[in-house]
Amino acid sequence: MPFVLSLSKDITHISKSFDKPGPNEFERGFSRASFATEQESYAMCGIVGLYLKNKALEPQLGALFEPMLLSMTERGPDSAGFAIYGDEVPEDKIKLTLQAQDESFDWASLVDKLEKKLGQPINWFRNATAAVLKTKAPEAEARAAIAEFAPEVHVMSAGRSIEILKGIGLPTEVTERFTLGKMKGSHIIGHTRMATESAVTMAGSHPFSTGADLCLVHNGSLSNHFLLRQELRRKGIVFETDNDSEVAAGYLAWRLKQGGSLAEALDGALQDLDGFFTFAVGTRDGFAVIRDPIACKPAVLAETGDYVAMASEYRAFATLPGIENAKVWEPEPATLYVWERH
Amino acid sequence: MFQSTPVTGRQDTEGLTPLPCPILPLKGEVSNRSQFLMKTIDLSAASVRDLNQALHDQAKQITEHAWTITHPDGKHNIAAGVDEALKIDIYGHAGYYCAGMNKKADVIIHGNAGVGVAENMMSGSVRVKGSASQSAGATAHGGLLVIEGDAGARCGISMKGIDIVVRGNAGHMSCFLGQAGRLVICGDVGDNLGDSLYEVHIYVKGRVKSLGSDCIEKEMRPEHLLELTELLERAGVKENPEAFRRYGSARQLYNFKVDNAHAY
Repeated sequence: MPFVLSLSKDITHISKSFDKPGPNEFERGFSRASFATEQESYAMCGIVGLYLKNKALEPQLGALFEPMLLSMTERGPDSAGFAIYGDEVPEDKIKLTLQAQDESFDWASLVDKLEKKLGQPINWFRNATAAVLKTKAPEAEARAAIAEFAPEVHVMSAGRSIEILKGIGLPTEVTERFTLGKMKGSHIIGHTRMATESAVTMAGSHPFSTGADLCLVHNGSLSNHFLLRQELRRKGIVFETDNDSEVAAGYLAWRLKQGGSLAEALDGALQDLDGFFTFAVGTRDGFAVIRDPIACKPAVLAETGDYVAMASEYRAFATLPGIENAKVWEPEPATLYVWERH
Repeated sequence: MFQSTPVTGRQDTEGLTPLPCPILPLKGEVSNRSQFLMKTIDLSAASVRDLNQALHDQAKQITEHAWTITHPDGKHNIAAGVDEALKIDIYGHAGYYCAGMNKKADVIIHGNAGVGVAENMMSGSVRVKGSASQSAGATAHGGLLVIEGDAGARCGISMKGIDIVVRGNAGHMSCFLGQAGRLVICGDVGDNLGDSLYEVHIYVKGRVKSLGSDCIEKEMRPEHLLELTELLERAGVKENPEAFRRYGSARQLYNFKVDNAHAY
């Protein structure tokens, strides 16, 4: 069943299920913009994603993905991060990923206070500077309690499946810190950052959470992020940084809160975000890829019977099993690609 | 690290999408043309820098005419700056700027090519068996680039004399600022074809999404049919030249127009 329902009529969309590849996957998606001149940017960053179609590979998700992320080190040596999906909690529970600046942060005592305040037991584990909490307490109450007891702690992600882990340093430092290589899951997207628009901080690293089980990684730069941030703040979206990509994430979060589908939100992004971008969006069931109409930021897709992979460059695929027989192609400009499990 | 294997003829090579290809007549000094050395370089073991140095060294004295490169794995700058009539086969997908600045060499990529394949090529040929990313053949002065799949955006941007033949489609802004040479596209083309064009002859068989500033359709005269026929033949592409349309510059943006003086 197609995930994408409606888009502006001049936007081509390509929707695929894992079972039945769409007939139009090579359909041309021409850009909507008419441009007399265009800018070329040297802003880098690397983005990578891997979705496993073959469940037998799920225990190896981290091991398969780590070299993909590391291969993009040259494109983004400042900081790195990833959003991994797996270890899903039941419908009546929520999973929060928290991060502290300090490795010695006393998570046990925070969890203790939260349990008392929320009146719900919390299952939790620590991973380096991060902790993953699972509870039946409502998300808003949990967030409020965390802000009360530990204002210095960031809520990186919330949902039933997603865990966002990120930090500053070379990608290899970040993946080692969180032992990415041993992680299991169904899909994962990641980012290596070369900062151009704002400071190199943990909060400025990607992925950015855009809602429950949703996240965004961005390669490119936005020129109207300042104004857009002001507008979105007025609409109640909270921003932590001066980062342009966070504005894109906030924009999608706002669109989705309005009740739009992910496809509608991304279609809106094509019209309202000024700048250039390749986005990869992680969802509970899969991921989506979209490039701006000028498409000067690179993106490559690869698909086999076992997985779908996306990356800024083909280099990131070189270590994937069976890549020599994969279908490899570049996503078209202003065209939405969605993969999800049905 | 480098293996030198004396072979007669071309050997099938292990690696990605091996395709048999005919031996082209060798140029240069070869005492015995029926037997020659073929060097195989495995980029999972050797660095691109070592490979390119070995290729550049051939400009001083040719010791190996045929080169096979395996496991390119999307690495950048493979076989860039070659300056001798070598025959280079790359088995797999190449990264950015493959065969950039090529002089005289015939390079075949048995896979896809990343951004800027054959950019600034001077002479020789580059054939991409798969598809090419954006800016293929950018600013190139000469030689022949054949893309058997699709070309991405900005194919032939600022081309200065290269001939490019794309068997599939090409993306938007293709031939932007194209100055000289020929661009043939057998499939469809995206927006703004030939924007700010100078003197490139553009031939398209499929649909043109839109023409850029100062690019217009032009009459296909006998000399153009002849030119296109020769070019398709040289590229080894079987297409009916009469099915193509020709596009070129309206030559309205060449010089400063005195009518615009009031803007200053």
